[in-house]
Amino acid sequence: MATVSPTPLLKDELDIVIPTIRNLDFLEMWRPFFQPYHLIIVQDGDPSKVIKVPEGFDYELYNRNDINRILGPKASCISFKDSACRCFGYMVSKKKYIYTIDDDCFVAKDPSGKDINALEQHIKNLLCPSTPFFFNTLYDPYRDGADFVRGYPFSLREGVPTAVSHGLWLNIPDYDAPTQLVKPLERNTRYVDAIMSIPKGTLFPMCGMNLAFNRELIGPAMYFGLMGDGQPIGRYDDMWAGWCTKVICDHLGLGVKTGLPYIWHSKASNPFVNLKKEYKGIYWQEELIPFFQSVTLPKDCTTVQKCYIEISKQVKAKLSKVDDYFNKLADAMVTWIEAWDELNPSVAKSAELPNGAAK
Amino acid sequence: MSIPIKDDEIDIVIGALHSDLTTFMNAWRPIFSRFHLIIVKDPDLKEELRIPEGFNLDVYKKPDIDHLVGTSTSIIFSGYSCRYFGYLVSRKKHIVSVDDDCLPAKDNKGFLVDAVAQHITNLTTPATPFFFNTLYDPFTEGADFVRGYPFSLRSGVTCALSCGLWHNLADYDAPTQALKPEERNSRYVDAVLTVPARTLMPISGINVAFNRDAVGPALLPCLRLAGEGKFRWETMEDIWSGMCVKVICDHLGLGVKTGLPYVWRNDRGDAIASLRKEWEGVKMMEDVVPFFQSLRLPPEATTAEDCVVEVANAVKEKLGAKDPMFARTAKALLDWVKLWKSVGVSSYSPGA
Repeated sequence: MATVSPTPLLKDELDIVIPTIRNLDFLEMWRPFFQPYHLIIVQDGDPSKVIKVPEGFDYELYNRNDINRILGPKASCISFKDSACRCFGYMVSKKKYIYTIDDDCFVAKDPSGKDINALEQHIKNLLCPSTPFFFNTLYDPYRDGADFVRGYPFSLREGVPTAVSHGLWLNIPDYDAPTQLVKPLERNTRYVDAIMSIPKGTLFPMCGMNLAFNRELIGPAMYFGLMGDGQPIGRYDDMWAGWCTKVICDHLGLGVKTGLPYIWHSKASNPFVNLKKEYKGIYWQEELIPFFQSVTLPKDCTTVQKCYIEISKQVKAKLSKVDDYFNKLADAMVTWIEAWDELNPSVAKSAELPNGAAK
Repeated sequence: MSIPIKDDEIDIVIGALHSDLTTFMNAWRPIFSRFHLIIVKDPDLKEELRIPEGFNLDVYKKPDIDHLVGTSTSIIFSGYSCRYFGYLVSRKKHIVSVDDDCLPAKDNKGFLVDAVAQHITNLTTPATPFFFNTLYDPFTEGADFVRGYPFSLRSGVTCALSCGLWHNLADYDAPTQALKPEERNSRYVDAVLTVPARTLMPISGINVAFNRDAVGPALLPCLRLAGEGKFRWETMEDIWSGMCVKVICDHLGLGVKTGLPYVWRNDRGDAIASLRKEWEGVKMMEDVVPFFQSLRLPPEATTAEDCVVEVANAVKEKLGAKDPMFARTAKALLDWVKLWKSVGVSSYSPGA
């Protein structure tokens, strides 16, 4: 039996991005797993409030004043008074990988009672290929004790690079407000011991509570939209990023995984507050899903930024009739890419733009 | 949330590749004894079948197959393909089929898995192929659709096929098992999920159930490897059948689920010895997968039979030239539809 090499820590290659308005006490529980890493804390809400970070963590903290100072007029694309502001953290990070987690998420236990090192599992998921072109009935074929099943073409067994690792949650499940209202006591107690690639051409609802991604491969697609203060919608930030990301990953031949690791989600947000935030989204998603399912990106969209700009054009063309919000969102998507490229010049792909395009 | 299903709407179809079914039947007795069983004896098997008492069953053997099917068809019901004869003669709405070298598995709490009950639950709760639910089956106890799942897609579609999994000997191909001779599957993944529309996968015949009314004709014994043998890693008939079923389900707006239930699959065979035979099957998938991925059935094909005919035509046109095996398969697909229309819908009972 071959020995399994230990998962690399990647401590100099990964940033943990945490949006918060309350406090960061939850970090104490994560200390054994998070302490080696650099944290990027994005403070939502009132910038005059001081967020206490537990001792011993290496971090940078940004509040709204910092965001305004750094981005200037482009700060308009970053949501205010919504955890969607976390995507600012993705933009300012200089690392290859990002792990983002909500401040009401704690360490979960696996069925044997052992604490789950969620970050380690995400790193494993990201470092190991995805298999989006053909579904493997034994799920992740690269996992210990599993493999590709009979009938799986050998030419597809190398897989593709993994761009996103989407983790799940025990205890409070990520339900929408109507479901929360109908089932206020339901808790997710099922530990599904699997990681799987979401097939190409299939969309999914991406939750930002326990999410990791390869910033170099897909970072610019992880824009969490315009939510919160002054916006007609909330709690669709991660959904929006997820749909854009999946369409782009499918186009560029990158993989998205879902499943392990689990974290323990401790706080159930108020379903009535949630309903107010979400209700437009509940109607709009009926249009949004067919829109994303039918998005096609031209062959010359060879970078994430190009894909993203192309999607923004199609959003403007096809979704502005749903609501004027989508006009603003399409503009914000462009602003986001401009800001991303400004803050990340060494990986900006402007050189690939045709002659005459502005840099 | 499942529609209550009567026991008499289910047939359990077993293809007997081994003559002594005593251990098999006794192990499954607590789960099978409520139901009617159809046992089809592999026509190549020489010994008499040994089946314990106390089951409500019909047994079909070579003479029955020959009498009903005759010589006018290219369909060969031998080896693992013998079970399809059972599918043909059944008149029940749902069929559950497991290989005769499989026993009930245990779940992660140590309880015996009632594979039939789980398959029936899968078939009688909706499938959700148009959008992926990250908490897997939303209709299972303790789960639901997650935030962001469109409400218009929450009623789902009829599930036509339920694909179970295997503990102990997983359904690997010969090269994989030969490389990892000691590997056994012990992981219990407590999930059922819908395979998304337009996503293809290798559907193993070892542990399946289906809605015969909806897709019966689409499960078909039409592809035979030249070196087809009596071990699963020496055949691809179920993989081929599964690709057809999935494409047809996608076209007809029906769902396919995968995951629970598990069965325990006995150790059997020598992967290295089988390597020689199955190379053809392994190579074949390189052509088969792109073919099915690009296959589009016309809107006029509104029944499973129509769809199979369309698949047959496409196989002849696009794969026929690559390998004589595919040309034979195309013919077999048409023969199967003919057989289904004549035998699959009339009544027949086996000889004594």
